[in-house]
Amino acid sequence: MNRTRQFAATLATAIALGGLAACGGSGSSDDGDDITLRVNLFGKFGYAEAYKKFEADHPGVTIVETAEGDLGKYNTKLTQQIAAGGDAGDVVAIEEGQTVAFLAAANKFVNLQDEGGNDVKDRWLPWVWDKATSADGKTTIGYGTDVGGLAMCYRRDLFEKAGLPIDRAEVAKLWPTWDAYIATGKKFQQGTKDKKVAFVDSSTNTYNSILMQEGDHTYFDRDDELVFDDNPAIKSAWDYSVEMTEADLSAQLKAFSDEWNAGFKNGSFATIACPAWMTGYIKDQSGEANAGKWDIATVPGGGGNWGGSWLAVPQTSKHQKMALELIDYLSDEEGQMLAFEAEGRLPSLPALYDQAALKDAKNVYFNDAPIGQLFAAGAAGLEPVYLGTKNVPVRDAVENALRSVENGEVPPARGWDDAKAAATKAAR
Amino acid sequence: MARTRLARQQGAGLAFVSPYFLVFAVFGLFPLVYTAWVSMHEWTLLAGKVEFIGLENYRELMVDSAFWRAMVNTFGIFVLATVPQLVVATVLAQMLNTRLRSRTFWRMGVLLPNVASVAAVGIIFGMIFARDYGIANWLLGQIGLDAIDWRAHRWSSWLAIATMVDWRWTGYNALILLAALQSVPKELYEAAKIDGASAWRQFWSITVPMLRPTLIFVTIVATIGGIQLFTEPLLFNPGANAISGGNRGQFQTVAMYLVQEAFTGQRFGYASTIAWVLFLVIALVAAINLLLLRRIRSAD
Repeated sequence: MNRTRQFAATLATAIALGGLAACGGSGSSDDGDDITLRVNLFGKFGYAEAYKKFEADHPGVTIVETAEGDLGKYNTKLTQQIAAGGDAGDVVAIEEGQTVAFLAAANKFVNLQDEGGNDVKDRWLPWVWDKATSADGKTTIGYGTDVGGLAMCYRRDLFEKAGLPIDRAEVAKLWPTWDAYIATGKKFQQGTKDKKVAFVDSSTNTYNSILMQEGDHTYFDRDDELVFDDNPAIKSAWDYSVEMTEADLSAQLKAFSDEWNAGFKNGSFATIACPAWMTGYIKDQSGEANAGKWDIATVPGGGGNWGGSWLAVPQTSKHQKMALELIDYLSDEEGQMLAFEAEGRLPSLPALYDQAALKDAKNVYFNDAPIGQLFAAGAAGLEPVYLGTKNVPVRDAVENALRSVENGEVPPARGWDDAKAAATKAAR
Repeated sequence: MARTRLARQQGAGLAFVSPYFLVFAVFGLFPLVYTAWVSMHEWTLLAGKVEFIGLENYRELMVDSAFWRAMVNTFGIFVLATVPQLVVATVLAQMLNTRLRSRTFWRMGVLLPNVASVAAVGIIFGMIFARDYGIANWLLGQIGLDAIDWRAHRWSSWLAIATMVDWRWTGYNALILLAALQSVPKELYEAAKIDGASAWRQFWSITVPMLRPTLIFVTIVATIGGIQLFTEPLLFNPGANAISGGNRGQFQTVAMYLVQEAFTGQRFGYASTIAWVLFLVIALVAAINLLLLRRIRSAD
């Protein structure tokens, strides 16, 4: 009998220990040994070269990057990890729309102001620093990597078939305003004989571009109150998008879906509003077969910003010192310049905008478009746009309503009411 | 002496079953209680607990049209998927139980869809039901029908998702039913044959009644899976904002709505409320199943 008891006790202990070990995780600390830094990103940041240089300057440091292609999925996972105190990696990227949300959990990140952040904050466009800083100004969770900038990418071959000019200066003259853009779209649809080719990829991308151009906030004012009715920019962006739908200009391809990706390859649409970071995406999806067919012109309505990211170090990181050094490097001139060269991400450092390497940069894939001039010219004058804590759920809700109008599921008038109701619900 | 021995034996017995209770306490009871606690708060995911609001979340949920829409979607897809699934699985099981050539091959074959990764299944079915270049629409075109925007309507999206579920689970259920079929005494069929019963008659009068307990088990498992349906409808909506299940939530299930509220909406308390109500619904459905089971048994 005694043996049975012993066995039972051993079993119970083993189970208890197993449970504890599972909670404890494996602990290796900063003691001069080799370090692996885990960088957790979404999409493509173009850091391969920067990592190599950093590793060369810091012997014993290895950088491992994981990148989730789907921003929504990435945000959900990161939110889970941060909220639950789980291990999110040593460096994480935070997208523009999420900065306010993560500032609500500022204590889960290393406060960069305690780590020399205040000494370097002047290197960014002023609002870049503010966007990752808490309302009381005491906590900053992220170093800016890039800003959106806005331009309009277009297909030269499709323009030519439709009888439109293809030179980028001429093309820019076609659409000084969004009204002119829609008028051009109508001309395009008349000129092109191919029913499978549309003027624009989807209404939501245009909608977001217009919305982000118009003023210093979108759905929420600076007190984080929903201002769906009081911000005329929303209705104006909505109306332009619906007008495009009614003129049948859209290929109705949902952003980041397989069909959207296929649309790049098949040339299903002729224009797409493109923030700087989108150029890398367009190139990847269109593939080598379409090299030189794309070009870039200025965006209707003047500049504007869409997107941009920040790098943060979660409190759970076991190599905080080294992680801080890494984000400092990646967000400084050399790191941002390497990312610009690799993926077209527009730096958030005004000092770079005057440098020849950026000013004279051309993108071979986009028919040698002078991306430096196109994007950097407007970047210095970019106005910060305040996005509230609930910006993402509200934006999702409004985009859904817009798509339901675009696909003909819902008549436009009801679509606007739907959008308003859904936005109010999502803002809770 | 005997008493201490008995006590010892009992102690050992308890120690032996204790892992179950430990695991249940950690993974079953604690989350259940904690979720109930969270559901009575306004609780944002990143900022944490805001305030105690009692049953306010439950009140809100009862009049939340998005929740009820998700409920209808869940049960609609469930019925659309489960009924044909079990019918086909029963017929498949019967076929697999006959003298087929290379029987093992066929038996393994029906399980294959279940082994395939859900993500791959989602991508393939996404392509089959694609609006512009999908095979489903191509087939419709071949017989002179108009193409359907499968994701845009409630009925068509339900149908597509139900197909996905059926494709994955029919073979699995067929194998379980096959195992049950093999325990049916062969004499019954032989006797029926001598009496001149047709294959169809044998199926109805012997196979189906003998399969009843297994059918009920399979139904319960399919019900629980159906109410928790998540991955297939999520994968059916690729690209931005997949969790919303269509532009108007036409194929958003309750499980998807839960995740959307928790992680996009940042409303952890409200999501916990949904989780609890979902738990109650599953318990209710299981109870109804149990009642039916008793009635069917007593009918024998």
